[in-house]
Amino acid sequence: MQKLGDFKLPHFFNYPPYFTLQPVRETREKQIQLWKELILDYCRTQKIFVIRLEEEFPLFSNSVIERTLSHEAREAFLSALVAEGRAEWLDKGRRNCLILWHRIQEWADIIVNFVKDNGFEDSVMTVEEIRLGIESRGTELQGIDRTILVRALKLLEHKGKLAIFKGTSTDDEGVKFSV
Amino acid sequence: MLQNLEQKKSFLISRKKYPKLIAAGMSNFFSKAEVTSSGRPVLLHNEVECHLLSAVDLEPEDHRHFSLLKSGLLILTTHRLIWLPSYSASTPTSASAIPLAAISHIFSSKKSLKSVFHSPRIRFQVLVSSDGRVFDPSSGSGSSSGSGSRSVVVTAVIRGKGDCDGFLVKFWDSWRARAWETTKTSSSGSGSASGSGAATGIGGGLYSSDGSVRMVGVAGILRKEQEMWESTDKSLQDAFQDLNALMSKAKEMVMLAEKMRQKLLSGTSSQTSGTNDEDMGSKEEMQDWLLSVGIISPVTKESAGALYHQQLSRQLADFVRIPLERAGGMINLIDAYCLFNRARGTELISPDDMLQACSLWEKFDVPVMLRKFDSGVMVIQNKSHSDEEVFARIKSLVTKPEALRTGISPTDAAMTLGIAPAMAKEHLLTAESKGLLCRDISPDGFRFYINLFPEIDPCNMYLVKVPWKLLF
Repeated sequence: MQKLGDFKLPHFFNYPPYFTLQPVRETREKQIQLWKELILDYCRTQKIFVIRLEEEFPLFSNSVIERTLSHEAREAFLSALVAEGRAEWLDKGRRNCLILWHRIQEWADIIVNFVKDNGFEDSVMTVEEIRLGIESRGTELQGIDRTILVRALKLLEHKGKLAIFKGTSTDDEGVKFSV
Repeated sequence: MLQNLEQKKSFLISRKKYPKLIAAGMSNFFSKAEVTSSGRPVLLHNEVECHLLSAVDLEPEDHRHFSLLKSGLLILTTHRLIWLPSYSASTPTSASAIPLAAISHIFSSKKSLKSVFHSPRIRFQVLVSSDGRVFDPSSGSGSSSGSGSRSVVVTAVIRGKGDCDGFLVKFWDSWRARAWETTKTSSSGSGSASGSGAATGIGGGLYSSDGSVRMVGVAGILRKEQEMWESTDKSLQDAFQDLNALMSKAKEMVMLAEKMRQKLLSGTSSQTSGTNDEDMGSKEEMQDWLLSVGIISPVTKESAGALYHQQLSRQLADFVRIPLERAGGMINLIDAYCLFNRARGTELISPDDMLQACSLWEKFDVPVMLRKFDSGVMVIQNKSHSDEEVFARIKSLVTKPEALRTGISPTDAAMTLGIAPAMAKEHLLTAESKGLLCRDISPDGFRFYINLFPEIDPCNMYLVKVPWKLLF
């Protein structure tokens, strides 16, 4: 079994047609489906939150069979993810894509659980602390992409589970939980 | 030679004794030539001088009756040979002339050892009339083959320093030019282009066609220019008249063709059931005729079945059978077109005709059909040709172990299937569209693999089924 780092690659990763965008509709649909799953899996395990199309992405090439996804193909697969709600384009030029291997709602749930597990129901934390603090080590929140975190927090704020406020320094925000 | 000396002696003697008699004798042979008061010959209408030789003796061969003319000026004109006595002669001898029309033959100069030491001689044969004198065609009916039955050889001995060979050449030219004949025709006509054209033609550009005395110098050149202009102008006028005639004829033809077209059009548009077969037959004939001339009958397009195209269609179906077999059941339309035209040799058909002929196959019961692929490529294939059978062959090819790993290219398929690579590609693309194959585009090229995507379960991506094992 081939590996990409510690990620186990499926067998069809060595199937050359996998790397050519198929024109026939049925075949293409299947191909897109496979790539979507693969991308999400890979990003989840490697904790990759953003894919930049113009940079090299290890998943998009297979040196064994000497094939690489064309730009058109990459855009096609990521657009499929965006359509499904599992990704978002960060810019109009479609060069950077935010991967939501957890949906925002899922992240919100994770935050709530995190708060409950650690007894932070009424506490205050900065956003950075949630991301990189000791408590979040070993949890899914560790190293979470800031944009996603803020979005999830905002969602929770909307639900009344917390309140976001600007901190003393301009570059950090604080959160007051009222879970 | 001896004869000559004797002749000379007798001549000299007789000349002294009987000048009048001699004069009478001489003038009796040759025609008389009129001379002006200053001794210049009076030229006939259109007669032009060509060459001069001085100190020439004219000796008719029959010396018994006629004596020779001695040491005079021999003038060659377009119409005559004029001999003028030298002015220094004490006895006024009348000028003489031989019409060129009376000359039946000019001998070519024989170069021999003798001629080196002799004075050059020009010998020619002259027709004589019944009274023994030079035949004068102007007095007769105008044809030189008239009353002159006998001929006498006359020798011109050139004792002067003139250019004898040049004279001989000009003599030939003038004699052959027969200027005296065309003068008659042109004088009878009213200056028609052909006459003057002929005159200039026969004259060989040597002489101007008007009868006045030839001018020398710049005036002569100018006159020549003028005459050339006039003759060109005339011939152009005539040419344009012909062209006008042609154009008017062409106009008639076009009108006729239009009328026929109208008739054909009106014939089909009027859907009368009472049209009898004869009418239809003749209409078809007219269509065919128009087609053969190159005029596309508007009716053909509507009726889609002119006889010409029908016959062509059948012929094509017959012809294409063998190339189809050789090509493995499918042949590119363009290839078929080239082969067909080459076989025809002449009467090549246009691409339009080809298309028409092929589309007519639907209406007949022929074993071939025209097929258009998604990519736009058009092929001729056997009706019996089955796509399924081709797909089965492709599938067996593409599931071979080697092909599972590296796929197949159109060339591989072409070799296995026994068809042209372009055709093979079309088949592969069709198989792909049916989901049998999928493509792989890389710097290595365009290849096809067996489509394994359906085998993959997205929920269980790591499950390896049998075909995948073959990949590794």
